[in-house]
Amino acid sequence: MPQPAKQPDAIGIKTKTEARRQLLRRIRQNREAYLMLLPFMLLFTVFTIVPVIMSLPVGLTDFDMASFPPKWVGLSNFYNLFLNDSVFIKSIRVTLVFALFTGPLSYFLSFLLAWLINETSKTFKVIFTLIFYAPSMASGVYAVWQLIFSGDTYGIANSLLIDLGITPSPIQWLTDSRYILTVVIIVQLWVSMGAGFLAMRAGFQNIDPALYEAGAVEGIKNRWQELIYITIPGMGPSLMFAAVMQIVAAFTADIVARSLVGFPSTDYAAHTIMTHAYDYGWVRFEMGYASAICTILFVAMYAANKLISRLLGKYTE
Amino acid sequence: MSESKTHRLKASSRRAGRKHLGTVMIFLFLLVLGVFMVLPIWLMFVNSVKPVNEMFVFPPKWYTLNPTLDNFKDTYRVLGQMWVPFSRYVFNSVLVTLSVTVLQCIFASMAAFVLAKVNFPGNKIINAIIVLALLYNSNVIYLMQYMVMARLRMINTMSALIFPAVSSAMGLYLMRQSMASVPDAMIEAAKVDGANLFTICWRIVIPNQKPALMTMAIFAFQGAWNITGGSVIYDESLKTLPTVIMQAASAGISRQGVTMAAAVILFVPPVLFFILAQSQVMETMAHSGLKE
Repeated sequence: MPQPAKQPDAIGIKTKTEARRQLLRRIRQNREAYLMLLPFMLLFTVFTIVPVIMSLPVGLTDFDMASFPPKWVGLSNFYNLFLNDSVFIKSIRVTLVFALFTGPLSYFLSFLLAWLINETSKTFKVIFTLIFYAPSMASGVYAVWQLIFSGDTYGIANSLLIDLGITPSPIQWLTDSRYILTVVIIVQLWVSMGAGFLAMRAGFQNIDPALYEAGAVEGIKNRWQELIYITIPGMGPSLMFAAVMQIVAAFTADIVARSLVGFPSTDYAAHTIMTHAYDYGWVRFEMGYASAICTILFVAMYAANKLISRLLGKYTE
Repeated sequence: MSESKTHRLKASSRRAGRKHLGTVMIFLFLLVLGVFMVLPIWLMFVNSVKPVNEMFVFPPKWYTLNPTLDNFKDTYRVLGQMWVPFSRYVFNSVLVTLSVTVLQCIFASMAAFVLAKVNFPGNKIINAIIVLALLYNSNVIYLMQYMVMARLRMINTMSALIFPAVSSAMGLYLMRQSMASVPDAMIEAAKVDGANLFTICWRIVIPNQKPALMTMAIFAFQGAWNITGGSVIYDESLKTLPTVIMQAASAGISRQGVTMAAAVILFVPPVLFFILAQSQVMETMAHSGLKE
């Protein structure tokens, strides 16, 4: 490599080249690290980073996938969303209600269940973990929920309520806008013992049993103290991971609602922001508008994530 | 008296203050909640073997005395009538699922190790991008992905199903978080002994990360098994099992029992893999001793 002629008086330039040379040296030293990173990062760049970067400017255009190039419209998509799109405003409300109900509740439930399961014996650990995780694996099970909340008397919920004399006639669970959101929230909670729950189970298992033995010697008296002083500080990373998963699940919920109460739902009662993006992206092919919606959703999730990490940071540091 | 009892228990389990009553209460709580969780799945199994004449009785029944495999036979028959043999779909699904699971475990573990334990230029930025990518989970990305794949001439090939699923930000993040708790001293000691990063990663760190690794494998398997790839695959002989089963259940013979049978067929493989992976985790926890 040809060296540039050094100028004795230009100290600023000298330190800059010095810093650059040091960086190059460190990069060369870590060759192996980059090599190990390469296969994953290559695929990740092509299939995640590039599409995300492509989708950001699309939010500033009017783009229907057919006419090239997309028409630049500036911020008018965002302007229309907040000022002219009453369904979008409604979807913000639905998403917030939904996220505030399912997010914290399922996070707490995941933790509680993961902890309690950890207190049982070896065989039951596997059985209970399977039972609570099974709903996340049953992708075709929405048909069963439709059967349970079916609007005629063959619906299980209805037949039960009629049998008990609580209601004289069947309730239209899936089409009456008063019940739709409740039903969707129930089913969402049912499938929510997913990634976060499993990560917490792994977190509990990762804690060295010797720590508990030491704790018992040091004077820890019951399960509760053990949880507070040994377990929670020891599984900070899994708690954080589960929180991120729960945020994503709560904010991007859409499939449960769409498969259960159809699309669009009566009075847009279960119309989340994600459903709105689906509507514009896949049904109307207005990609510019859909990208703008996704950008707003991303910003909201980013804020929620920052907030939660700050809250959790206190307990897991 | 109760004190001596707890003391004895402590000696047997070597854990703090375990009382029998507490354990029983926990067990009962889990059992009751567990029954509620399982009911819909139970119903799915029951309805998949219910004969048609029992489908619409009032009140609906939670069991059947005359189980039949008609629904499964119908599903199979419809799939058999297509001009691609049924075994071809199974082969495609197994190929996609295994490739994604194995590749993701290898690639993400290596990347996670480097990101968690090696201080190299660019480390912080990549970590930050992974967290952002975790949050950027959207429908729009699929359309952009399609455009990227079209440019790479991947449309209508198996690689369009496999490669996008391999680089999961979630899997990487999970492994990285878990590996962050591996003591640096262990890695330093191995370095002093002359081991290179690759050896340290696969011989020392990964064997110690089975809970996280198996969890990632479960996610990968489940995700890959459910890949339908409706828009990137149009050749019948390249379609996966979920794609055609869903087609059969919704279009060809739209009957509730058949829908349930289809759901059962798709449900069983991830469950089997889950049990396999989880029992692996339990085993390692019993034998692991490589902690600081």
